[in-house]
Amino acid sequence: MNKPLRRVAVFCGLLILSLLVRDNWIQFVAADDLKNHKNNRRVPIERYAQPRGDIIVDGEPITGSVKVDTGDFKYKRTYKNGPMYAPVTGYASQVFGTTQIENLQDSILTGDDDRLFFNRTLDVLTGKPKKGGDVVTTINPDAQKAAWEGLGDKKGAVAAIDPETGAILALVSTPSYDPSAFAGSSDEDGKAWNALQKKNNSDDPMLNRALRQTYPPGSTFKVVTAAAALEEGIYDDVNGKTDSPLPYILPQTTTPLKNEGNLPCEDASLMKALEVSCNTVFAAAADKVGNEKMQEYAEKFGFNNPKVDTPTRAAESVYPEDNRPQNAMAGIGQASNRATPLQMAMVAAAIANDGKLMKPYLVQQLVAPNLNVIEQTDPSKMSDAVSPETAQKLQQMMENVVERGTGTNAKISGVTVGGKTGTAQHGVDNSGNPYAWFISYAKTDDGSPVAVAVVVEDASGTARDDIAGGRLAAPIAKDVMQAVLKK
Amino acid sequence: MSSSNTTTITPQGAPNRRNTELVLLAFAVLVPVFAYANVGLAIDGSLPAGMLGYGLGLGAMALVAHLVVRKFAPYADPILLPIATLLNGLGLVLIWRLDQSKYLARLGQGEGTSNQLMWSCLGIAFFVGVLVLLKDHRILQRYTYISMVVALILLAAPAFFPARAQSFGAKIWIYIGPFSIQPGEFAKIIIAIFFAGYLMVKRDALALASRRFMGLYLPRGRDLGPILAVWALSILILVFETDLGTSLLFFGLFVVMLYVATERTSWIVFGLLMSAAGAAFVASFEPHVQQRITAWLHPMDIFLPEDQRPAGLISDQSAQSLFSFGSGGVLGSGLGQGHSELIGFAAKSDFILATVGEELGLAGMMAVLLLYALLVQRGMRTALAARDPFGKLLAVGLSSAFALQVFIVAGGVMNLIPLTGMTMPFLAQGGSSVITNWSLVAILLKISDTARRPAPAPAPTTDAEPTQVVRL
Repeated sequence: MNKPLRRVAVFCGLLILSLLVRDNWIQFVAADDLKNHKNNRRVPIERYAQPRGDIIVDGEPITGSVKVDTGDFKYKRTYKNGPMYAPVTGYASQVFGTTQIENLQDSILTGDDDRLFFNRTLDVLTGKPKKGGDVVTTINPDAQKAAWEGLGDKKGAVAAIDPETGAILALVSTPSYDPSAFAGSSDEDGKAWNALQKKNNSDDPMLNRALRQTYPPGSTFKVVTAAAALEEGIYDDVNGKTDSPLPYILPQTTTPLKNEGNLPCEDASLMKALEVSCNTVFAAAADKVGNEKMQEYAEKFGFNNPKVDTPTRAAESVYPEDNRPQNAMAGIGQASNRATPLQMAMVAAAIANDGKLMKPYLVQQLVAPNLNVIEQTDPSKMSDAVSPETAQKLQQMMENVVERGTGTNAKISGVTVGGKTGTAQHGVDNSGNPYAWFISYAKTDDGSPVAVAVVVEDASGTARDDIAGGRLAAPIAKDVMQAVLKK
Repeated sequence: MSSSNTTTITPQGAPNRRNTELVLLAFAVLVPVFAYANVGLAIDGSLPAGMLGYGLGLGAMALVAHLVVRKFAPYADPILLPIATLLNGLGLVLIWRLDQSKYLARLGQGEGTSNQLMWSCLGIAFFVGVLVLLKDHRILQRYTYISMVVALILLAAPAFFPARAQSFGAKIWIYIGPFSIQPGEFAKIIIAIFFAGYLMVKRDALALASRRFMGLYLPRGRDLGPILAVWALSILILVFETDLGTSLLFFGLFVVMLYVATERTSWIVFGLLMSAAGAAFVASFEPHVQQRITAWLHPMDIFLPEDQRPAGLISDQSAQSLFSFGSGGVLGSGLGQGHSELIGFAAKSDFILATVGEELGLAGMMAVLLLYALLVQRGMRTALAARDPFGKLLAVGLSSAFALQVFIVAGGVMNLIPLTGMTMPFLAQGGSSVITNWSLVAILLKISDTARRPAPAPAPTTDAEPTQVVRL
């Protein structure tokens, strides 16, 4: 009986051998595919298995992580002043994914980034749990707070930039949402999420208006038109007479363009025209510059660029290719002209920085858990928007607006402030309530530390449009500038 | 006559290897104790409170088993007991580790360690009982036909109990009060006894009376009776209890033992043909078998939207089990740090190997599989060494039943073959299984004790000169 017995022994050996081969297949050859399979829940479990790194504002984390007992995700994201900082951070939800900084710097925050490899290897060797790195933002907490409190219950957005570096100092959007509300995976989180969706909430609180919403820029765009006219040599002297008839008939049409009220706009100088915000003067100037050149100058300020990444990508601001009458209207920030609040802050910043537009950025540093800086954003020039001479002329004009024009509400004693109000019509036949705009910059002896753009939606109940910008938006811009200057 | 220059030495007893066993047992107890500490440190960051009790319990069990072997089977194989202890100990650690999962607790699979510890003690009690009461394995031969009746009753019983919803259609349990028993596990040993006794008597008839046809020896029609009966039984198990694993195990066991008894390769050919035909026949009308095959071929299709999913795919167990193995990789996540609880149902029983694969990695899995291989091969060795045909057949039957079970379970969990409901010997949670396997090891030890026991010294012949040892 021993011969078949030996064969049976060999057969049983083969059975085990086939198990070993199969085991090598699934645990070695196919292991990575199985490990990273999209339905393998270990992937999200792993992601929330340790506290995420934090997002830092002025040395203080504005995020946190808290251990939760529900479900198999160990840590949940928390936010301090969540609604105020939501346009900066985005959200990181166990169920609904990540957005903005939370998404773009996810690999640093989770600790998976290749640049943290050395750290991670060291942690494995010393048996420490994996740790995420931190993201240090450029936000100025005082400016952020001033903007947040200034907007209050109003719907709108604020973007503030350091003109000399491009560092974003404030980014506020209202109404906002608290990303903590749906960071977990409980039923309440799901309910909170649903309540915030646009289809359930007409205010669309999860929209980042400062970066992702475009508005007609209205009269604030007149500074860009003025820049184009000066650069193109159509006008040289800001105090000289312009060729601006009143009433002004839009080219190729019989439609007269009105000013807001009975303004001294006939052949008014650029200085005067900006001071009182003449539509006729700038529409005529835009027509003289021509659509192609207008686009070119708008693009130098950052328009028509779909990739303005802070790193959170801003929506594309558009100066359209259009016919003469529409081009004239676009020159005063109407027609198909669209801009994000960040874009208009960039316009103010470029002028304040003597014509040089710096690339806006929100992330100052990426810091490893051991506090090593693994990435540092250095200020970089985006474009030369206008020549320094033109920039200085534009500064005179904008400072005049604040000194004695429509923007007096932004005056700060002891500091030079330049600004421009705007009130943009929108909706079919301008039926919607106008948007109140204000863009401005402050200047000290050391240069300009802040440029800001404010938009307040639903600026109803104002008789004269330009007053809306000055009345509603300018005080907010003033508070933001003061918050920055105080430092 | 000068006899002073010739000295004869009385045979010293062959080394009985009990001390080797003791040393190996020390390792077999220490390894799971360290594993236990490891789980506690990984989950809570501190040594688990039950560690001392667990270590002492396992140590005491091993010691009792060892002392009983020393006394009642002194020449038995020294490796079988340590391997069984190690696997049982690791199984307890793995179950305790899965007990810590809140996820499984929510699924109603609460604490299982203390039960399993109790069953393990009972297993050791059976082990001791077999060694003490079974003076000689040949006694079992007397119970050949009683075994047949008992095995039939055990196999048939679950068909008369309703299947529980969570068992995915397989009816392999009977319920007595709060206990559920898997009679198929016990039947494994009893049916091996029946086959061994039956084949020992009939093997000459089965082997010799045959016709040659195309190089194969065809059995006579009347000798086909038994194999047809077993085949029919396994088909009936498959149909009425929808239990592919048990069915496969019994038929495979019978074919292997028939082959060993008769030395006729033709039986294997017949066996394979009949099992293929039987499986195809049952699969043609039994949806449960088809489901298992669909799940085997397309485990990941469970994640498709419901309308695109293949019919009959109802569980993501196979997929989750594969994720477990894959996520473990070569070195594993470390005990207590994996997520094999995602398998959900049967994570502690049928799928316990997935936890080994995830937390101990390819390395740990290979080690565990090799432990099983070693256990099986020591059983085969016992069969080779056994001096009586019944002992040989019984040892080879028990060892191959064990090997087949390991293959069917591990192969199913690793998706090498369709998944069937069976437990991994010693590792998995389940009282019937642990008691059966301890008894199985005890019988193997008993056979190997008989096989390795030195032959009694020949009676001194009267004409031989007296010999004496001269001590200087």
